[in-house]
Amino acid sequence: MSIIHCQLSTINCQLSIINYIKMIVLNNIIKTYDKGETKAVNNVSFEVGKGELFGLIGPDGAGKTTIFRILTTLLLPDSGTAYVNGFDVVKDYRVIRASVGYMPGRFSLYPDLSVEENLRFFATMFNTGIRENYDLIKDIYTQLEPFKERRAGKLSGGMKQKLALCCALIHRPAVLFLDEPTTGVDVVSRKEFWEMLKRLKEQGITILVSTPYMDEAMLCERIVLIQSGKILSVDTPSTIIGQYPERLFAVRSDNMGRLLSDLRNIEIVKSCHAFGGYHHIAFVDRIAFAGQANFADEKENPQNALLHALENENHRNIEIREITPTIEDCFIRLMGNHYQPTANGFT
Amino acid sequence: MKSSIPDSRFWAFVRKEFLHVFRDRKTLLMLFGVPVVCVTLFGFALTNEIRNAKIVVCDYANDDASRQIIGKLAASREFQLQNPLLDYNQIETAFKQGDIKMAVVFPANFNRDLLHLNEAQIQLITDASDPNTATALSGYATNIIMDYQQELIQLQGLPYTINTEMRMVYNPELKSVVNFVPGVISLILLLVCVLMTSVSIVKEKESGTMEVLLVSPFSPFGVIVSKAVPYLALSLINLTVILLLSIFVLGMPVNGSFLLLYAVSTLFIITALSLGLLISNITTSQQAAMLVSLMGMLVPSILFTGFMFPLENMPYVLQLFANIVPAKWYYIIVKSVMIKGLGFEAIWKETLVLLGMTILLLVVNIRKFKIRLE
Repeated sequence: MSIIHCQLSTINCQLSIINYIKMIVLNNIIKTYDKGETKAVNNVSFEVGKGELFGLIGPDGAGKTTIFRILTTLLLPDSGTAYVNGFDVVKDYRVIRASVGYMPGRFSLYPDLSVEENLRFFATMFNTGIRENYDLIKDIYTQLEPFKERRAGKLSGGMKQKLALCCALIHRPAVLFLDEPTTGVDVVSRKEFWEMLKRLKEQGITILVSTPYMDEAMLCERIVLIQSGKILSVDTPSTIIGQYPERLFAVRSDNMGRLLSDLRNIEIVKSCHAFGGYHHIAFVDRIAFAGQANFADEKENPQNALLHALENENHRNIEIREITPTIEDCFIRLMGNHYQPTANGFT
Repeated sequence: MKSSIPDSRFWAFVRKEFLHVFRDRKTLLMLFGVPVVCVTLFGFALTNEIRNAKIVVCDYANDDASRQIIGKLAASREFQLQNPLLDYNQIETAFKQGDIKMAVVFPANFNRDLLHLNEAQIQLITDASDPNTATALSGYATNIIMDYQQELIQLQGLPYTINTEMRMVYNPELKSVVNFVPGVISLILLLVCVLMTSVSIVKEKESGTMEVLLVSPFSPFGVIVSKAVPYLALSLINLTVILLLSIFVLGMPVNGSFLLLYAVSTLFIITALSLGLLISNITTSQQAAMLVSLMGMLVPSILFTGFMFPLENMPYVLQLFANIVPAKWYYIIVKSVMIKGLGFEAIWKETLVLLGMTILLLVVNIRKFKIRLE
């Protein structure tokens, strides 16, 4: 009995390997605008498996929308190949168009039609009705139902996005493309939206979602970090964070503005970036710094050295604590010197 | 592509287009307000009475009969006599100075001819650059002269005849209001079809709904056809409104066949729709679409259709250019059918030109049609 069980589990294991079906494949995709002047997507390759919730993370202008448009057959790549659900995005565009759901970055429903009219219209366009796949959108649509007579243009931002998601889902697509679905949506609605995505994923729908919000990266199974059309990293969020090579500290004091410039002037601080209420810093590599006299005494604890240095600069209420890096820290590190973060990250 | 045309998706799309139109007051106003206002405005301009028009007399006869007629003219409400002219050649100068609307010329020996030959001539010269006034004035003057003739016949019992010879200056063809209705029809159909179709397609591009529609199994060509159908229907309704107004308000009947008029109009609407589609293809914003439609289509149509500015008076190059304006041909057709009451045998050439243009435009459209965003 146990032998059979064991064999079954091996078969299961093999099956799960076989079951990794590539739903989205990009091979060396290059896309330029303005006759080759601007490279929007520069040699991008990644794969998304069936039923994955995959995130495309990067600031505005990183090339996220272009990748979406290439995958939804709206744009032709300059070079490289891409497949969605096994179909070529250039040759088999009709098959792809019939089997995917797409929610563009901006609100793309008819503001002068009511909630119900919009949903019905898009259902008809996909040769289906609201009833056929109602179970798929039920969770979302029940929230919209009280407003079904309301014109879509008069809905709140969060409601608009929910309606757009319903419209993109109504034909039970194999792959769902969501281009910045939570941009311009309040925090509560964003949270709700991601919970919906998780439930959809459980139904076996492959989801490619892009976002400029780094905190949302953690909600994806795997992510690709993208900047200026180039991929910085592809992996699970925890792996990317685990690969962060340095210890990271959060520092604050009464005068955050002066603190930033002071921190950058202190020799033992290797890098310093503003992150809302704290500045995130990494210390220089000890070995590289071994010859410096004033650091030798405080060798065991660079935090104390920093505290002293800051007190000498007349900072008050100094707080220094070690933190786990966030995706944004990873992103900034991967970008090197090309990026000056703002207080709110990428928004 | 073909299979997707008459299915439920198509009708859902058409229904959606109608909802767009009926929910937007501005569009509705443009669709139905503009033609109604245009036609009624000109209708009232047409029926406006003329009073105290300044006229001038050049009396070579200077006899009893001529003086009596001049007296009658001066007594009427319609006319206001200016200082008489001594020389025929002064008439043109008088017209050019403005004010003068009509000149009445009595030849020498007017009375003698009337009494001895029983027949005499009066020349009425009108400024036909304002055709309404010109026709009205010569009509009034003829009536007054005929009155005098009747009186004379009753008085003397002899069959006297006074012939009034009309001469139109500046616009001898007398382009006038009867030509206005066909002109309005061509312009309104152009406005509705070109402007509204191009704007409504570009609107979908602008709002991003086109992206969603493209990423659906509904063929892009189907999108365009379903866009065109509502505007075809609305244009035919519009045509009916204009025709009803012109028949019942302006009292201008359709002399030819209604069927022919509607058939040819449908062809012209398709021409205009293809133009609108072409514009939507080359523009990406509603403003650009509107600008191209207005400047590129409507203005040339107003200028080169021939109902506002006579084509005959234009330089040859511009006359040649007018040939590529579809509205020119449609205007000729509508005029022939509506006013002259002619049949298809009289308009087949123009219809063929229009058909050729439509096919050409459709071919260009299909060639240039974008199934993607670029």
